[in-house]
Amino acid sequence: MRGTKVIAALAGFGGLALSGSAQAIAWYFQTPASQLAADIDWLHRLVMWLIVVIFAGVFGAMFYSVYAHRKSKGHKAEQFHENTTVEIIWTVIPAIILVAIAWPVTKVVIAQKDTSAAELTVKVTGYQWKWGYDYLKGEGEGISFLSTLATPRAQIEGAEPKGENYLLEVDNELVVPVGKKVRVITTAADVVHSWWVPAFGAKQDAIPGFLRDTWFRPERTGTYRGQCVELCGKEHGFMPIVVRVVSAEDYTKWVAEFKQKTAKAAEDDTKTLALQDLMQRGEKVYAANCVACHQATGRGTPPAFPPLAGSKVVNGPEEGQIDVVLNGRPNTAMQSFKQLSNAELAAVITFTRNSWGNKASEVQPAEVKARRK
Amino acid sequence: MSAVADTHGHAHGAAHSHGHHGGYGGIMRWITTTNHKDIGTMYLWFSFIMFSIGGLMAVVIRLELFSPGLQLVDPDFFNQMTTMHGLIMVFGAIMPVFVGFANWLIPMQIGAPDMAFARLNNWSFWLLPFAATLLVLSFFMPGGAPGVGWTMYAPLTVQMGMGMDLTIFAVHILGMSSILGSINIITTILNMRAPGMTLMRMPLFCWTWLITAYLLVATMPVLAGAVTMTLTDRHFGTTFFNAAGGGDPVLYQHIFWFFGHPEVYIIALPGFGVISQVIPAFSRKPLFGYASMVYATSAIAILSFIVWAHHMYTVGMPVTGQLFFMYATTLIAVPTGVKVFNWVTTMWKGSLTFETPMLFAVGFLFMFTLGGFTGLVLALVPVDIQLHDTYYVVAHFHYVMVAGALFAAFAGIYFWLPKWTGRMYNETLGKIHFWLTMIFFNMVFFVQHFLGLAGMPRRIPDYPLMFETWNKISSLGAFGMGLTQLLFLYVVVKCIRSGEPAAQLPWEGADSLEWTHLPTPAPYHSFETPPVVK
Repeated sequence: MRGTKVIAALAGFGGLALSGSAQAIAWYFQTPASQLAADIDWLHRLVMWLIVVIFAGVFGAMFYSVYAHRKSKGHKAEQFHENTTVEIIWTVIPAIILVAIAWPVTKVVIAQKDTSAAELTVKVTGYQWKWGYDYLKGEGEGISFLSTLATPRAQIEGAEPKGENYLLEVDNELVVPVGKKVRVITTAADVVHSWWVPAFGAKQDAIPGFLRDTWFRPERTGTYRGQCVELCGKEHGFMPIVVRVVSAEDYTKWVAEFKQKTAKAAEDDTKTLALQDLMQRGEKVYAANCVACHQATGRGTPPAFPPLAGSKVVNGPEEGQIDVVLNGRPNTAMQSFKQLSNAELAAVITFTRNSWGNKASEVQPAEVKARRK
Repeated sequence: MSAVADTHGHAHGAAHSHGHHGGYGGIMRWITTTNHKDIGTMYLWFSFIMFSIGGLMAVVIRLELFSPGLQLVDPDFFNQMTTMHGLIMVFGAIMPVFVGFANWLIPMQIGAPDMAFARLNNWSFWLLPFAATLLVLSFFMPGGAPGVGWTMYAPLTVQMGMGMDLTIFAVHILGMSSILGSINIITTILNMRAPGMTLMRMPLFCWTWLITAYLLVATMPVLAGAVTMTLTDRHFGTTFFNAAGGGDPVLYQHIFWFFGHPEVYIIALPGFGVISQVIPAFSRKPLFGYASMVYATSAIAILSFIVWAHHMYTVGMPVTGQLFFMYATTLIAVPTGVKVFNWVTTMWKGSLTFETPMLFAVGFLFMFTLGGFTGLVLALVPVDIQLHDTYYVVAHFHYVMVAGALFAAFAGIYFWLPKWTGRMYNETLGKIHFWLTMIFFNMVFFVQHFLGLAGMPRRIPDYPLMFETWNKISSLGAFGMGLTQLLFLYVVVKCIRSGEPAAQLPWEGADSLEWTHLPTPAPYHSFETPPVVK
């Protein structure tokens, strides 16, 4: 049965192959946008050339032998089988080559680990399956947001044509000023993730319960894209990293705008919203933050991700659900969502309490605010 | 020591001449057998079955990756496929196939009547089907098989359903089987060599297995520890790998790779042994630098214990740790280089012919070295930070595991089939099998180097559009590679059922005891009186 299915799929895909792809073919490192990435590129080229030369030498000899020392050509086997001098030579020479390349490599390793004297420090938190950014030190201190995949589900499932930055686009990009040393402190809320921006040559695992760090200094403005590179569960392939590098002035402007937006959100905290507004906004928040685990149907994917439809917590007292969403549940995949605004949380909680057959009271921003510690 | 040979048959002395099979017929012969040749055969068939299952999973993976977007499977099932493909290929296919070789060949090559612990040998094999059943059953548990990758990193393992527990028990049983098998091999080699068969006269295949067996005994308990800690973290409230309780997720990685890196050589070394038999035979010239091969193999094995953290450069080790593991890792290139140079020099000025075993051996030499070189690239911390967990790594280890270990296994199977069955395989079909495998293998994996350099992460079910072309080529190659292995099955079955009778010495240059001192096919009991090796 499986065989026929596979063959049918093969035939179908075979047709697709002929249609070809529109995108340019990537086959080497992204153009470096930091000194570190350029150094890595240079080291890689150095080692590759070394390898090509040795490879050509060794297998040149082997293929010469394959060509010339054939029995069919009447070549008689010689019986030599030992030569200590030769053995010593081909032990020592590779060792010398290794010592020679160790020097430049070591310099880059040391540079890569030097996270001191950073001008901007950002904490990056890996969640299943999104990234959280907290600006800890430097201009923009206090800014904090979540960054989620922006590619619509319909593109992934093939219902819509795929956009240019398919799977490499997010709702909130990490914004940093050009030319400044940015220290990235990584951690995670649930499982191990790994934060990587290839153009900066910066990759650091995000480990739950621990802080680790790396750094980059972007040399050009522009948008740089990467992906999570440590298997972190079902949606591992769907949590990209997008960094927008802007000029110093634009960065200052961005910081001001962001602060303004936050202030407006604080205003929302005291407003009482209509049920319909809460539901509408809640659906969006749910789609961005909750749907990967709890699913659009509210049924979740047990055992790791329990259903919300018919859940005792969701249909229970407001305080109970607010606490879970604000603080998460220790030792489970349910993380804290306290980075979201009170209005957003109130909206999404109200949405879950009034969807998929659930029927419970609405929650207002003020109630969420009251339960924050 | 010969008293340990098949006890069923020795009940009546006259049975010797009948070529009997231990007193039972049919299925009971295989269940009760203590004969090293029967057990070797079972290991070989078992590994082929697992190779087919793992291969099917690879085809599912490559089908999903044929185009961007999600078409065939959901991401959860995709993760289960990559996990089980890895576990089944490593523990179910590649490791058992070489144990099969060890069982068949070690007693014959050292002039012993059987393995030292014949009943233990039976049990070592019969543990495997139970472990395999547990692995496959995990798919039918709530939540399915674990989708954590074959490395089973904490704390993702804690989120998995019951399939994870079945996998943990399967790993326990597989480990037990490996340890028992290894003890048997060590004891056999150290105690049962024929008079005159000094250690330094043993065929290199026996040497590589002796060293491999020590690696297994040293590292399998470490893996068992790691998965047991995972089990208690999951169910009994321990927090070995949970920071909230004072544990550390990275501790798991250290323990796993302390097993995992020697495991790489557990897989590779027996293959080195096979190649060291095949190349001299078809060069009609003794192996160059026998002693240095033994020392190089030992050096690789010892170094393999101090390089594990090169799988973890991105966890955020201190700079001294990164430097130490980088220097130690690059050092492995030295003894590995010695081996490659020795093999090439063995061919130099020989009298070469290229039957199927030799083709696979040359293919191994060429492509395993390529995999070794990308290993050197990955050993360098800064470059690895760019390439870690990308398809470059996937390409690298498939060059080592498939073009290395699997090609060596194919070389060995074609080389010893006449000795095992008394019949010749079809040389033309064997050569076609080699060339198709070689072409399709490179189609699958060579392009994955480009994917990794360009930044495609491993273990993702969907990918950005710039990776599409290479993925299409890779997938088409994978389908071809899968189909080609059906040809291999056909060649082997045809050889067993209706192959031409093999000559006493089908390979002119073969010179170990199983060729020089035993008839072809090898009789059911061999060397009941030890030969004298001069």
